[in-house]
Amino acid sequence: MAGQVQALRRRIKTVRSTKKIAKAQELVATSRIAKAQERVAASKPYSEAITQVLTALASNASVDNPLLQPRERVRRAGVLVITSDRGLAGAYNANALRTAEQLIARLKADGKETVLYVVGRKGAGYYKFRNRPVEASWTGFSERPTFADAKRIGDSLLEAFVAGADDTDEHYGPDGIQGVDELHIVSTQFKSLMTQSAEAHFLAPMEVEETEREPGLRPAYEFEPEAEELLDALLPKYLNTRIYAALLDSAASESASRRRAMKSASDNADDLLKRYTREMNSARQAAITQEISEIVGGVEALSTSGSDV
Amino acid sequence: MAKQLHVQVVAVEERIWSGEAEMLVARTTEGEIGVLPGHSPLLGLLKEPSQVRVKLDGGEQLTYDVTGGFLSIDANGVTVLAESATPATPDAH
Repeated sequence: MAGQVQALRRRIKTVRSTKKIAKAQELVATSRIAKAQERVAASKPYSEAITQVLTALASNASVDNPLLQPRERVRRAGVLVITSDRGLAGAYNANALRTAEQLIARLKADGKETVLYVVGRKGAGYYKFRNRPVEASWTGFSERPTFADAKRIGDSLLEAFVAGADDTDEHYGPDGIQGVDELHIVSTQFKSLMTQSAEAHFLAPMEVEETEREPGLRPAYEFEPEAEELLDALLPKYLNTRIYAALLDSAASESASRRRAMKSASDNADDLLKRYTREMNSARQAAITQEISEIVGGVEALSTSGSDV
Repeated sequence: MAKQLHVQVVAVEERIWSGEAEMLVARTTEGEIGVLPGHSPLLGLLKEPSQVRVKLDGGEQLTYDVTGGFLSIDANGVTVLAESATPATPDAH
């Protein structure tokens, strides 16, 4: 009986320290969400402006940029998967990776080979464990992505995409590099504090959305340098901006997901503490009661035997 | 027509500066350009690296070191978009 009390006491201690960790993680994640959302908001002016500029440009320039042209035959598709560096984030990574698997299965069904690009240690570990080749991975910034990180990713994706232009079925083309013919991105969209959803999107080739406007109202832009040249310079920047936005959104989602997971963990720890404390108290009481009844029983036995003699 | 030029300097990670100014001077790949209020719409790629100078009312001037930048002028004003823009020391040029 005393042993049971001891065991419960030890258990309560463990749960209490686990709860402390969960609580601390929850608080850290809460403050990170706010910061991540600020960064999302801060990046809005740029992405809005570049979208506006590109729309103006695309309706003025002939659209023959390789980044805008769907390839006739798509052999290999690049998939960029954004996951987190650290765990304890609930279903965040599982959702992102499941969405990626669905996308890959769909691409395979279309007869396309897939090439993996991974952001975050969790995703890299997932594919490494399954012995799946990963073309490139970037880690160490999932909670605080900077534009420089997005640029590094964008540059190597773009390189692969450009290298894919001259590939044929048998050969890697004159440049000798096996590239990709289209690019997809799997990231987690931050919808609200309670809802984040992993989604797959097209990254390249991009689509130009022609805005329907009155012909007379469209400003007649001058271009410095020529419109085509300008488009060549701006599209890669736009690609990087898209990746940066996805990284920021995923970072906010990661923190939100972690906060929720840690909140339910610490709530659960509270419940466990309550239950174990009750159990411990009743075990202790049972031990005392038993001891008393043993003593009382002993005295009674003695007194009855004494009166007999 | 004492119009003011509405200027925005926007980097990828944040909006650096926005407000009314008298004139904006930047250097595109084709050459230096000075923008006054009422300029016709223009899109320009900025030289790499380059400085953007914003001349405020009263002779004050803001200077930014800009990388990976471009310039968009429309009816609403001028927008300088840059991968990074940092305030330069006033006597740098």
